[in-house]
Amino acid sequence: MIHDYIYPEFEVARDYDKCVVCRACERQCANEAHVYKEKYDKMTCINENCVNCHRCVTICPTHALKIVRSGDTYKRNANWQNWIINELVRQAGSGAALLSSMGTPEPYPVYWDKLLINASQVTNPSIDPLREPMEVRMRLGATPGTKPQRGADGRLKTQLPPSLNLSVPIMFSAMSYGSISYNAHSSLAQAAQQLGIYYNTGEGGLHRDFEQYGGNTIVQVASGRFGVHQGYLDMGAAIEIKMGQGAKPGIGGHLPGKKIVEDISRTRMIPEGTDAISPAPHHDIYSIEDLRQLVYSLKEATRYTKPVIVKIAAVHNIAAIASGIARSGADIIAIDGFRGGTGAAPTRIRNSVGIPIELALAAVDSRLREEGIRHRVGLVAGGSIRNSADVVKAIALGADAVYIATGALLALGCHLCRSCHSGKCNWGIATQRPDLVKRLNPEIGAQRLVNLVTAWEREIKEMMGGMGINAIEALRGNRAMLRGVGLNETELNILGVKHAGA
Amino acid sequence: MKRIYVREEWCIGCHLCEYYCAFANSGEDDMADALRGVKINPRIQVEDADGGVTYAVSCRHCEKPRCAEGCITGALTVIDGVIRLDEDKCVGCYTCIMLCPYGAITPSKGKPVQKCELCLSNGAPDATPSCAAHCPNRAIVFEEGASPCGL
Repeated sequence: MIHDYIYPEFEVARDYDKCVVCRACERQCANEAHVYKEKYDKMTCINENCVNCHRCVTICPTHALKIVRSGDTYKRNANWQNWIINELVRQAGSGAALLSSMGTPEPYPVYWDKLLINASQVTNPSIDPLREPMEVRMRLGATPGTKPQRGADGRLKTQLPPSLNLSVPIMFSAMSYGSISYNAHSSLAQAAQQLGIYYNTGEGGLHRDFEQYGGNTIVQVASGRFGVHQGYLDMGAAIEIKMGQGAKPGIGGHLPGKKIVEDISRTRMIPEGTDAISPAPHHDIYSIEDLRQLVYSLKEATRYTKPVIVKIAAVHNIAAIASGIARSGADIIAIDGFRGGTGAAPTRIRNSVGIPIELALAAVDSRLREEGIRHRVGLVAGGSIRNSADVVKAIALGADAVYIATGALLALGCHLCRSCHSGKCNWGIATQRPDLVKRLNPEIGAQRLVNLVTAWEREIKEMMGGMGINAIEALRGNRAMLRGVGLNETELNILGVKHAGA
Repeated sequence: MKRIYVREEWCIGCHLCEYYCAFANSGEDDMADALRGVKINPRIQVEDADGGVTYAVSCRHCEKPRCAEGCITGALTVIDGVIRLDEDKCVGCYTCIMLCPYGAITPSKGKPVQKCELCLSNGAPDATPSCAAHCPNRAIVFEEGASPCGL
């Protein structure tokens, strides 16, 4: 049908003066966008196949390739924009719901970029992190809420609830084995161990090879209960009940049967080739009381030795929901903002459901403080934390720690082409094809993740030093360290910050 | 001594090592100038085996090298563990080519034979041989260790 043809959004631009016809681009493109023409001894491109993953651009030894916007456009229309028309055309051809990957690319406000961090001048001294100790360790979990009692020997007498102890308040958030590859998981697990932080299994279970990293693993219990067994719960450092995900609040997950290959089938404990369907709700949770039962079932199963995290998507009334979760007995609440990533989500839901993490986090922290129950839970913010300044702002807004996943994938090679759902990830991340998976060498992957978090840690210390703060706990919920720019009064009220200049 | 080790589990079959080898031995300082329109004849070659297995093959720098033992003119000698080729002595009898169990010595254009000399003779700037320095997935590494082939 001529109606279905959509001119490619971008084109592969090749500098033929530089191309040595090594054909690396052709060998590396699982989408078959590069073709060798023997007749002319030249490379050429099929732009329609290109997903703009930049694998060829980075691997080309002479840097002869770049991807450019094609420039093809319909008649200018502020309402019926190009992409809106294209999506409609696609649906008219297929009759199907649109599927997308990773976080929403739509231009919603990014509140991180409208928050500015304070620094000390004259009246209070800034601290040089290179000369003076700077503490960024964070204990994540519930606290007793009373003044800690110490014995005669100075040791803590108060019994502390189980917690996660982070060397830096950054964790790798849930990505299941199945949605990402074995080597991606291996990279995350190794990096978490080296960094003294935690990574999260997602709902795909824990591969036997990664049980050795259990001390740095958060094991997830989601609505599909894939891979959950007593050993799995015992293995992890914490258990996370996944109620929702920022990229697709209110809906479940679906890993197609063709991705349930032998290894994944064993890890998920489902037959090979069957679709792995995570229901939208937990079928045993219809209230906070039901949630409490699951929280305590998991605590009972692990003899009250591990903190239980409840992860929810940032949605309307998030503060009330979080208050309920805090009262359910959960030790930690993880909130996932609407810009969070996913291996596959219905486009309309990804782009239209949920609320920004900044507002959700501030609202939850305020509400829990007002109700006097903030100490009962740790608070983790996720859903597009992009750099160390975002981490500092999140902690100042009230988070104890942040979850990063898209950022971690970028460190592993992802270029946000948002084609995870095709299963042909050229970077060996969101794929189960063995020839593609091996492109991600975990030695390199783990090192890059360690580098990333180490770099952020240094920057966090510098920003803390500038504020005159030498322990990250003193920054938590310290909204006086933030000012807003270009925000209206409602936004400032929800964020609990003053406007710059005030 | 430091040797080149090939780890086929990480070889992604991009064949870039071949091109970096050809470039390192071209004497040019720009890859496009060196290799554009050229059919390369590198000293490292990627084998594409069945079932998607790929791995690079180059000189193992054996501890008891058959090529050097069999060389009729003494053109192949072991210097500091590296099997070096003295082109002035080589008469092109190809005995070494027949003796090498890995096919790591090959005929060459302009000179009788060629083999990997760990980028020691070609003036390449890196301390690491070019194939290992540029392998995108650490499938070729340059590390201390014994001869990988046991010879």
